[in-house]
Amino acid sequence: MTRFAATFAKPHPALVAFITGGDGDTAANLDALVAGGADVIELGMPFTDPMADGPAIQQANLRSLAKGTTTADIFGQAAAFRQRHPDTPLVLMGYANPMTIRGGDWFAAECAKSGVDGVICVDVPAEEDPELGPALRAAGIDLIRLATPTTDTARLPAVLDGAGGFLYYVSVAGITGQQQAAQASIDEAVARLKAATDLPVAVGFGVRTPEQAAQIARVADGVVVGSAFIDIIAEHGDAAAPHVEAFTRTLADAIHSAKEIAA
Amino acid sequence: MTDAPTLPNSLRTGPDERGHFGQFGGRYVAETLMPLILDLEHHYRAAQADPAFKAEFDYLLTNYVGRPSPLWFAQRLTEHLGGAKIYLKREDLNHTGAHKINNCIGQILLAKRMGKTKIIAETGAGQHGVATATVAALFGLPCTIFMGAVDVARQQPNVFRMKLLGAEVVAVESGAKTLKDAMNEALRHWVANVHDTFYIIGTVAGPHPYPELVRDFQSVIGDEARTQILQAEGRLPDMLIAPVGGGSNAIGLFHPFLDDADVEIVGVEAAGEGLDGKHAASLAGGKPGILHGNKTYLLQDNDGQITEAHSISAGLDYPGIGPEHSWLHDIGRVRYEPVTDDEALASFQKLTKLEGIIPALESAHAIAAAERIAPTLGKDKIIIVNCSGRGDKDIFTVAEALGVKL
Repeated sequence: MTRFAATFAKPHPALVAFITGGDGDTAANLDALVAGGADVIELGMPFTDPMADGPAIQQANLRSLAKGTTTADIFGQAAAFRQRHPDTPLVLMGYANPMTIRGGDWFAAECAKSGVDGVICVDVPAEEDPELGPALRAAGIDLIRLATPTTDTARLPAVLDGAGGFLYYVSVAGITGQQQAAQASIDEAVARLKAATDLPVAVGFGVRTPEQAAQIARVADGVVVGSAFIDIIAEHGDAAAPHVEAFTRTLADAIHSAKEIAA
Repeated sequence: MTDAPTLPNSLRTGPDERGHFGQFGGRYVAETLMPLILDLEHHYRAAQADPAFKAEFDYLLTNYVGRPSPLWFAQRLTEHLGGAKIYLKREDLNHTGAHKINNCIGQILLAKRMGKTKIIAETGAGQHGVATATVAALFGLPCTIFMGAVDVARQQPNVFRMKLLGAEVVAVESGAKTLKDAMNEALRHWVANVHDTFYIIGTVAGPHPYPELVRDFQSVIGDEARTQILQAEGRLPDMLIAPVGGGSNAIGLFHPFLDDADVEIVGVEAAGEGLDGKHAASLAGGKPGILHGNKTYLLQDNDGQITEAHSISAGLDYPGIGPEHSWLHDIGRVRYEPVTDDEALASFQKLTKLEGIIPALESAHAIAAAERIAPTLGKDKIIIVNCSGRGDKDIFTVAEALGVKL
């Protein structure tokens, strides 16, 4: 059983937590996420031009790059994480250019070597799958695809073709960390997606509070939180880990118990 | 018969159905934008097949932009250089002062066709922003222009022009606060407003079908030049020269001649302080990568982080280049040469004094290449240089570079 399968087989919805690699004390923050109850980790690969991100994650990217973070550093953080946490699924999330600059095969091999379970590439849609998809699948790495409010029913099969791990529903047409989607639209979208795929569905974009997360967790298999963690790291710098852990715990408690309360 | 022939083995049939020119181009966008990109392509295909669309485009180019732009025989420059005859394609005489308006007319007609009610665009020096604000005013659509905060500070006259034209100018504070960051921010805004907003991209870059449709709208430059040179000389030119930032004026001149094997084609990249210093020459100093929706040559480090471009010409100050140029470079159909800030500055002054034409600093790069090449060719040879814009916008930059206080 893959780490994703084991995680989403748990009796409760998953907290999927995102932080940008190299922003703050990454190893300590990753440990804090796991200690606080995060079920899946997304590690952001910094990029100079994060087109799909709002100000919080943009700044995290720039802070990380200003400290000299390299792709080798990110894989080093991933490999070390895998040593410390053998069971927690780890996803690399980022943009096409850093992932493809040395070729898709190189990237997939590095992912496999570092114990990465899945990859989210923001700007490689299904139409450009040959860029990364075949290499990742051949290396046993799940390519996690994004569905959005603009992904209509006709297009959905193309998005799902070759997708693995879980399906990431971007709940707002917009950038990360901004407004939150109306709960009714999330309920409707998750139902539509779950009818089309057996993959678990995680919902993200604009989720900042335990209350919001719990609402979403009533219907989804996972809830993705990113910018709210980034804000904590921006505020506390290298001493953010205890704050990250405390916030993770409030989110995890809300998400993990959401379906019991709903029932 | 003045139309360029489309041969069976034509170089003019790209991109393929997935938007690729060889390995370049494509549609590297977030999923949120993908359905819109597909919709845009669908509407563009319908527009191409609709004679009424072309008729309206042609009407506006003739009566609003002032086309055709003249092909001027630069006799004094030719005599000064003592070699090939130099003709200038006078895009500087268009309404708003550059080739940019051709594309903006085409795209706003598409926006209207698609029922979009808001216009956005990115701009570097402000030329594309002014052209976009102009057509938005003409069609009565609200318009937002994204411009790096650094560029806003150094291009105040154009910022004021855009505001006079009714546009909102958003100063982008992210990244290096120049053109690339303006494009990032325009994409971010677009992702959040796809339902009612049309993004008028200013050059032959971005996700498919933008590189194709911008090229098609700009090809009026080459189509006219072809007719005009046949009229003036009774034959095709021996060489074309145009400046290349993103490359829209260049592809507009080049494309109708790509299948004419005897016409040599030269694109001019901005070498800034020199290729071993800060520059904007993506082909000479970059390598293939993915940015802003397409795969193309980019200035970047070994990890694929995008590096800052530099050119004295704000219009060439971009770390990428249109994907069709990357392809034409790789297959060897077009030769790309670097020209430095200093060379462009010298040619800016030379053309102004010899011909009474103040060229844009972008265009001055092409003039500089012509100065280098023309003396090596016989007097029976003919070169067409794209004078892509006028230099009134650049006089402050030039004054500063020459140490003159205005």
